[in-house]
Amino acid sequence: MGNLLEVRDLRVSFRTEDGVVAAVDGVSLDVDRGEILAVVGESGSGKSVTAMTLMGLTRSPNASFQGSARIGDTELLAASEAQLRRIRGAEIAMIFQDPMSALNPVQRVGAQIVEQIRAHDRAMSAAAAMDRAVQLMERVGVPHARERIRSYPHEFSGGMRQRVMIAMALSCAPSLLIADEPTTALDVTIQAQILEEIKRLRVDTDAGVILVTHDLGVVADVADRVAVMYAGRVVEQGTLDELFYDPQHPYTWGLLGSITRVDRARPERLAAIPGQPPSLLAPPEGCHFRPRCPHEFDRCREIPGLEARRPEVPDHRDRCWLDPEDKRRLRVVGDTIGLGTDDTVIA
Amino acid sequence: MSAPTASPPGPATAAPLLEVEHLKVYFELRSGPIGRVRGGRVHAVDDVSLRLAERETLGVVGESGCGKTTLARTLIRLQEPTEGRIRFRGQDISHAGRRALTGVRREMQMVFQDPQASLNPRKRVGAIIAAPMRLHGVSDGDPGRRVAELLEQVGLNPEHVNRFPHEFSGGQRQRIGVARALALEPSVLMLDEPVSALDVSIQAQVINLLEELQDRLGLSFVFVAHDLSVVRHVSDRIAVMYLGKLAEVSPAEALYTRPIHPYTAALLNAIPIPDPRENRARERIVLEGEPPNPIDPPSGCRFRTRCPRATTLCAEVEPPLTEYAGGHLAACHHPLNVDDHDIATAVRSPDSPHSSGEQLPQASGATLGPQRPDSSAG
Repeated sequence: MGNLLEVRDLRVSFRTEDGVVAAVDGVSLDVDRGEILAVVGESGSGKSVTAMTLMGLTRSPNASFQGSARIGDTELLAASEAQLRRIRGAEIAMIFQDPMSALNPVQRVGAQIVEQIRAHDRAMSAAAAMDRAVQLMERVGVPHARERIRSYPHEFSGGMRQRVMIAMALSCAPSLLIADEPTTALDVTIQAQILEEIKRLRVDTDAGVILVTHDLGVVADVADRVAVMYAGRVVEQGTLDELFYDPQHPYTWGLLGSITRVDRARPERLAAIPGQPPSLLAPPEGCHFRPRCPHEFDRCREIPGLEARRPEVPDHRDRCWLDPEDKRRLRVVGDTIGLGTDDTVIA
Repeated sequence: MSAPTASPPGPATAAPLLEVEHLKVYFELRSGPIGRVRGGRVHAVDDVSLRLAERETLGVVGESGCGKTTLARTLIRLQEPTEGRIRFRGQDISHAGRRALTGVRREMQMVFQDPQASLNPRKRVGAIIAAPMRLHGVSDGDPGRRVAELLEQVGLNPEHVNRFPHEFSGGQRQRIGVARALALEPSVLMLDEPVSALDVSIQAQVINLLEELQDRLGLSFVFVAHDLSVVRHVSDRIAVMYLGKLAEVSPAEALYTRPIHPYTAALLNAIPIPDPRENRARERIVLEGEPPNPIDPPSGCRFRTRCPRATTLCAEVEPPLTEYAGGHLAACHHPLNVDDHDIATAVRSPDSPHSSGEQLPQASGATLGPQRPDSSAG
């Protein structure tokens, strides 16, 4: 396929005091140049661990990895620390949720950007690197960049700090940008500005973007394709419109049903998904969504693969055993009555 | 939270349960060795007047730093106001002391944003929920039975009374926070971002629970949140704050279908809709800049530095809260979504800040061109 990034059956588990946590349990993803892939899921779904693993940030004596994650000709899981240092920043850059804790609080932001530029391009002079840092900050919309570059992170607002993070991420023209909840800590008017920025840089730089988020509004605004994660697995993956208008997995139905919408009169009651996500120490056998799924049947005790189940939509894949015809029928019922409204009983 | 249309629009109704008039809360900034140098004041809440009726849900929205949390904390007197009046059931509690507040505190309880931080990790759930009863010396009957009843009421298993907070998930912990708030049978709950720390599917569970409890127990809610879609779902009336001032106060539906203040319109427009086609179809107006510094707020209208409709008038005169038909109030010289008739029948609300001007918005011919430039806001 010639994708920029290919992740195949990635598994990440951590040994803990309580047992082995299978945080990522068979994730496959593709990201192409100039494409924004949104990875959606709730806390504990493994979306951040997946993103951090690509950057080599989850390596530890207690972690074990299986599967494959390739960018270009490089296998990220097998890369040495020295290789990873070259890849981070230059090939893959990351933006985090909380820019305050991702920036060094006692170093001027300009110096931090310059440090990154010169780490990858030792021939560049300090003055030239500083000019480049100013250009980058101007490009991401920091006003008075030449003066502000001498400020410390605490002198910036949350939105401006996130712009500085993006400037830093862009400094070595990475081919893949991973944004992990980049706007979650920001107010909506500032979120809109940052999302515009991400859309623009995708066009300007032709970089691939992985946007990790829990917010389906953000997804609808910026993504080209979407992967929905639940309890360590991708349960559904497809184009933006397919996912919103023809979703195939009951978890996705529940997720779409439980969001409150600002552009709609309120429903009597929100369709909450009953129960809560399973513990990853002892996930249920077979489909992980089975205990909360209103449409569970015998076959669900077998793990469904992430497969294209409808010949007419070959690029839409899901992990659900239900027959596509049954899904269509069940989903219509689900849409009108709400998926499950029995949310009061918790064992 | 009953039918939104049935909500009594503010002042016209009988004696409100909770009422604030021209409330101001300023925080002194101090610096230097032992804080001896005064460095100005943060205008956290700056002349706000609001009412809460029985069984009503008042949503309070705005961006960080707009004063919404300070307002909620002051309403239940966790914070003393700098100026202005707070009345609960007609009783002035603006500067009431501890003892005078005891009875009031029984009736007004708070649910906090972060259930992790607001529950003592070393106490068992039973003790956490019983704490308010113990503190207020409420001993009628068996506290154990009351705790079990409360747990059941919020959808938790009463057998879990001996567990610690860490043994529960985020959503369940928020239910514990709600159970504790209900322990004294209050009439008002201050909900400060009660679901923003929760995942969407769990948010829906907690919102449904709150609505049920309100119906069953006849509670009034002040629901503080930055998420306008959640607020739309729960509120009867909504107050939009910007930099310590009220920008707009409106029956819930009208705020979304017909925002009058340009800030409200911009706020609504900034929220991405979880529907790709509609998202692509609507015109986005990305608001430039950021909220100004609350230590030194702009003259006149506080939103003027980011407002696409601002004129010199906005810098010179603070707009009064103008009351339009249907109990819809907005503080703007150049309102959106109102026609000449609306403007002709509008009156200056007595809730207008003391510092605001007298002049109401002029009919469109007099001041401005076409109305409704951003139909996308609806």
